[in-house]
Amino acid sequence: MVADFEPKIVAFCCYYCAYSAADLAGSLRLQYPSNIRLVEMPCSGKIDVRVILEAFEGGADGVYVAGCLEGDCHFLKGNIRARKRIGYVKKLLDEIGIGGERVEMFNLSAAMGPRFAEIAAEMTERIRRLGPSPLNKAYKKEPASSTAG
Amino acid sequence: MIIAEGKPIAEVAELIKDAKKVLMVGCGGCVTVCLAGGEKETGILASALRMLRQQQDNPLETVEVTLTRQCDPEYVEMLDKYVTDDIDCIVSLACGVGVQFLAERYPKWVVPALNTKFAGGTVKHGQWEERCGLCGECILYRTGGICPIIRCSKSILNGPCGGSQNGKCEVSPETDCAWQLIYDRMQALGKLDMLLEIQPVKDWSKARDGGPRRVVREDVMIS
Amino acid sequence: MSEPKTESKLERLLNEGRFVVTGEIGPPKHAGGDGIKHHVELLKNHVDAMNLTDNQTAIVRLSSIAAAAHVLAAGGEPVIQMTVRDRNRIALQSDLLGAYSLGVRNVLCLSGDHQSFGNHPTAKNVYDIDSIQLVQTVKGLRDEKKFLCGEEIKEHEPRFFIGAVANPFGDPFAYRVLRLEKKVNAGADFIQTQAIFDMDRFEKFMAMVRERGLHKRVKILAGVMPLKSVGAARYMQKSVSGMIVPDPIIDRMKGAGDPKAEGVEICVEQIKHLQTIEGVAGVHIMAVMWEDIIPTIVEKAGLYPRPK
Repeated sequence: MVADFEPKIVAFCCYYCAYSAADLAGSLRLQYPSNIRLVEMPCSGKIDVRVILEAFEGGADGVYVAGCLEGDCHFLKGNIRARKRIGYVKKLLDEIGIGGERVEMFNLSAAMGPRFAEIAAEMTERIRRLGPSPLNKAYKKEPASSTAG
Repeated sequence: MIIAEGKPIAEVAELIKDAKKVLMVGCGGCVTVCLAGGEKETGILASALRMLRQQQDNPLETVEVTLTRQCDPEYVEMLDKYVTDDIDCIVSLACGVGVQFLAERYPKWVVPALNTKFAGGTVKHGQWEERCGLCGECILYRTGGICPIIRCSKSILNGPCGGSQNGKCEVSPETDCAWQLIYDRMQALGKLDMLLEIQPVKDWSKARDGGPRRVVREDVMIS
Repeated sequence: MSEPKTESKLERLLNEGRFVVTGEIGPPKHAGGDGIKHHVELLKNHVDAMNLTDNQTAIVRLSSIAAAAHVLAAGGEPVIQMTVRDRNRIALQSDLLGAYSLGVRNVLCLSGDHQSFGNHPTAKNVYDIDSIQLVQTVKGLRDEKKFLCGEEIKEHEPRFFIGAVANPFGDPFAYRVLRLEKKVNAGADFIQTQAIFDMDRFEKFMAMVRERGLHKRVKILAGVMPLKSVGAARYMQKSVSGMIVPDPIIDRMKGAGDPKAEGVEICVEQIKHLQTIEGVAGVHIMAVMWEDIIPTIVEKAGLYPRPK
C-alpha cells in the first residue's frame, strides 16, 4: 500500500437515484472523499464494458456504477443488466491483471444521501487498500483534482 | 450466421507478444451479430491488450478498424490505407474466413482473435446454438426440418440410437435427442411412415473434403 | 428350418430351434491374449458363442477381431462386435474381410457409445455410416457379393451371420419396435438386446414385436446382466444411458446377505422367465468384468449342457 496514495475513482451514477442522492448528500452537508469523479447516466443500464475499460486506461484506480435499488429501476431492468456487465468486467480485469475488485456495482435510492457518502468512503477505502492501478505504477502524489472530468 | 467466440485475452496477447503496433480488424458481419468481433468487441479487446502490455512496460499501440465484412475482397481493400509499414501484426476479429482473406491480401503476420464455432442462430439473447452441419447436401426434407447430421451426436441417419432416453441424448442431459425431436415432429405431421424407410449412406464427398469446396455462378460473373 | 446362409454355428443352433446362450467377453486394456484364452476355456462349454466387444464405452482395448482370433484358436465361436464410431466404410469393410479370413462367422453391428464416455474424450468420431447402414453393408457383401460402392466381389465374399442390437428401454418407446423392423429389413439375422431389468417393459416390447410378426423374421436374444452389488445396480440405474433398473431390483440387492449370490439368483430367474416369452430365441449374458460367473448362471438356469 502506498502511504500517501490518493485514488482516482470514477462513479457512473444513475440520474434517478445515485446522482440525486449525491445532490442530497451535498444539501445535507455530508462529507465524502473528494476522490470520486461523478458521471451522470440516464440509467445504470447505460453502462458499457468499453467505457469502464476506457476509465481504467485513462488512469482510474477504481470504478463503480451506482443504480437504483433492484426492482425500482426507472427502465425496469437497467440496473440488473448493469450488474451483469459489472460481473463480466470483473472477470476481464482479473484476466488482464488489473483486478476485478477495482470495479463494483451499488444500488441505492434518491433518498439515500448518507448511503451515497458511505459508498464513496467504502470504495475509496477499498481502492486505497488495493493501491494504485497497475497502470499507474509511476504514481507520485498529486492532489486529487477537485474539478471532475 | 457463423457463430464465433473470443479467445482468452492471454492467448491473443501471447500471439502478438513480439508486436509493438497492431491493426485490430473487426467484422461487421455475423460476428457483430453474435457479439464476438464487431466494432465494440474490437474496442474492448484493444483496450484490454493495451492495459495488459502497459503493465509489462511494453506498451502496445493499436489501430482499430471495423470492416463491413472481412469475407469480401471489396471490403477488405478498404483496409489498405491502414496496413502501413509500421504495423507489426494484424489481429482479425472475424471468423476463420476473414482471417484468411486478410492473410491472403497482406504480407503481414495475421492472427485470429476468435475461435470460429459453428453455423447457427440465436436461441435467446446471449445464447447461440448450432443448427447446420454444412454437409453440402440438405436432407432436412426427410427429417421434418431437424438436422440429424449436426444435432445428433453420432450423425445417425436412421436414429435414434439406444442412448436416447426421456428425450435426451446419452452425451448430456442438456442435449435434446435429435431423433426424438424428429420422431415427435414427423408424428405431428402425420409422416411417421417416412421414418420406416432406410436412409441410404451419405455422400460425404459433398461435405468437408478434397480441398476447399466451391460454388460457381457463371451468370453473375463479371468479364 | 431355413437354408443356412452361413457357416455360423450360432445360425445353425438357432435354425434348429435351440434356445441359445451367448456370453460377452470384454477384451483387455493391454496387448496380452492369455486372459481371453482363459475366458474361452472357462466359457466354451457353457455358451454357444461369445461376443467380443469393440472398444466398449469408447475405452481403448484389444481389438475385437484380434480377440476373436484368440477365441477361435481356443475352440470357441466368436461374435465380433463392430461399431461405426471409429471406422469409415472403407475400414469397416476391410476389417470384415479380414475377420472372415480368420474364421469369424458372426458380426454384431452397433452405433457404439459416444467417445465422450471413454478414455479419449477429445477424439474425433467417424460415424460415416450408421448401424443400420452397416447391417445393409454386411448383407450386401454376403448376398449381393458387392461392396458398398456397388463394385463386385469376384471371389471369397464374406458370409457373416448378421446381428444387430435393440434397446427396448430407449425412447421413444413406440418407435423402438419400428426401428427393430428397419434393422430386420436392412438384413439383420439375429438381435441381441440391451440388458433387461424391467421385465414388464420388455414384455410390452415383445408383444409389439409379435404384433408385427418380427419374431418370425429375426432371432431375438434377450440380454441379461448379473449384478454384483447394490452399488453396481444403482450405477446401472443412474449412470448408464439407455438402461432402466426398477427399484424392486435395487431393494432385493440391498436386502441381500450375499449380494453376489442374489445377483446370480435374479439373473437365473430372469432367464427362466425369458424362456417363457414367445419370440425369445435365446439369452445373451453380459457379465461385465465378471465373466467367470457365466457357467454358474447357465447351469443354474438349467441350460447346461449345451448342444454341439
